[in-house]
Amino acid sequence: MAKAKLESHHIEREWCKGCGICVAFCPKQVLELDRHEKAVAKRLDDCICCKLCEMRCPDLAIQVTCRKGSE
Amino acid sequence: MAVRDYLRERFFPHIWCPGCGHGVVLNSLLRTVEELGFTKNQIAVVSGIGCSSRISGYVDFHTLHTLHGRALAFATGLKLQKPDLRVIVPMGDGDALAIGGNHFLHAARRNIDLTAIVMNNRTYGMTGGQYSPLSGVGTAATTAPYGNIDPGFDTVRLAAAAGATFVARTTTYHVQQLVKILGEAIQHQGFSVVEVLSQCPTYFGRKNKAGSAVDMMRQFKDQTTPVGSEAKQGNPALIERGVFVREQRPEYCAAYDEVVRRAQGGR
Ligand SMILES: Cc1ncc(C[n+]2csc(CCOP(=O)(O)OP(=O)(O)O)c2C)c(N)n1
Ligand code: SF4
Ligand code: SF4
Ligand code: SF4
Repeated sequence: MAKAKLESHHIEREWCKGCGICVAFCPKQVLELDRHEKAVAKRLDDCICCKLCEMRCPDLAIQVTCRKGSE
Repeated sequence: MAVRDYLRERFFPHIWCPGCGHGVVLNSLLRTVEELGFTKNQIAVVSGIGCSSRISGYVDFHTLHTLHGRALAFATGLKLQKPDLRVIVPMGDGDALAIGGNHFLHAARRNIDLTAIVMNNRTYGMTGGQYSPLSGVGTAATTAPYGNIDPGFDTVRLAAAAGATFVARTTTYHVQQLVKILGEAIQHQGFSVVEVLSQCPTYFGRKNKAGSAVDMMRQFKDQTTPVGSEAKQGNPALIERGVFVREQRPEYCAAYDEVVRRAQGGR
């Protein structure tokens, strides 16, 4: 099965308002809020490139780039 | 094109509160347009006034930011003059169904090819949390501190009864479904209505002790079910989401062109 592989996970700090939506709904608990209440990708190795964080961010602060890989 | 290329980035970060569902609708709308492969010049976004209506300021398409409740009237004029544009009309629940209720009914009756998005946060966000025709009985609002006694409309049944030929509902939790439904609605020839349950943590959430934006999105997940599911029989309180109406009926601009042709008597 072709599986997407993570190329980059970018969070625009200036746009993030710390709502926690991306953190709460990431299926792999990749994300956290830091002490400034900004989202950070803490465990990128676990990211499965589902892009749900990017799609649910109300501030359009997240950009996930994936490359089609094969297993 | 990347989703961000459709944004007017100079207005970011945007004005909506942390966790506001309207941002999720904006996000999904841009993703839909990108997936359908439209250029910026093929889309027009027409809105009224409200937190929801600010969406037209953030998208780099043709945009009209008009009067509270009147977006569909402006959109009708635009569509008749420029029928090749895909015209999208995002509205708040107050905007669409209180002050703008009459425009809504008649746009549906005419089956004019517009895509109406009802961003339903069950309150008047912009003006401080008054109840709307979609708040429902028993909810709290700044204008209903002892509980609202006004029953809410069912947007889907209202739109269908008035004649809309594509009617759907989903939520800001169900973003993949939202993109799919918006895509179908934009491509549908006729009046399309997409109701999106959207969280206003600042007013509806606080007044109704519904918790954070995350909590409210979890409620959208727990309190909805796919249309026609068995779960609904067991628990009638569940709100159905999916596509409810998908039919073909003569479209208004096409019918109007026919009138023009008749009036010109073949000249
Ligand atoms: C003719 C007119 N009446 C009233 C108002 C005040 N007003 C501005 S926005 C709004 C309601 C906003 O609620 P809604 O449409 O549900 O959108 P939301 O802000 O919740 O997204 C009202 C009553 C106005 N701008 N114009
Ligand atoms: S969803 Fe967006 S705004 Fe909210 S915490 Fe995550 S990156 Fe920040
Ligand atoms: S792409 Fe999916 S797995 Fe990766 S951080 Fe976002 S939500 Fe988590
Ligand atoms: S008041 Fe409500 S609807 Fe308006 S921006 Fe804030 S959360 Fe969104």
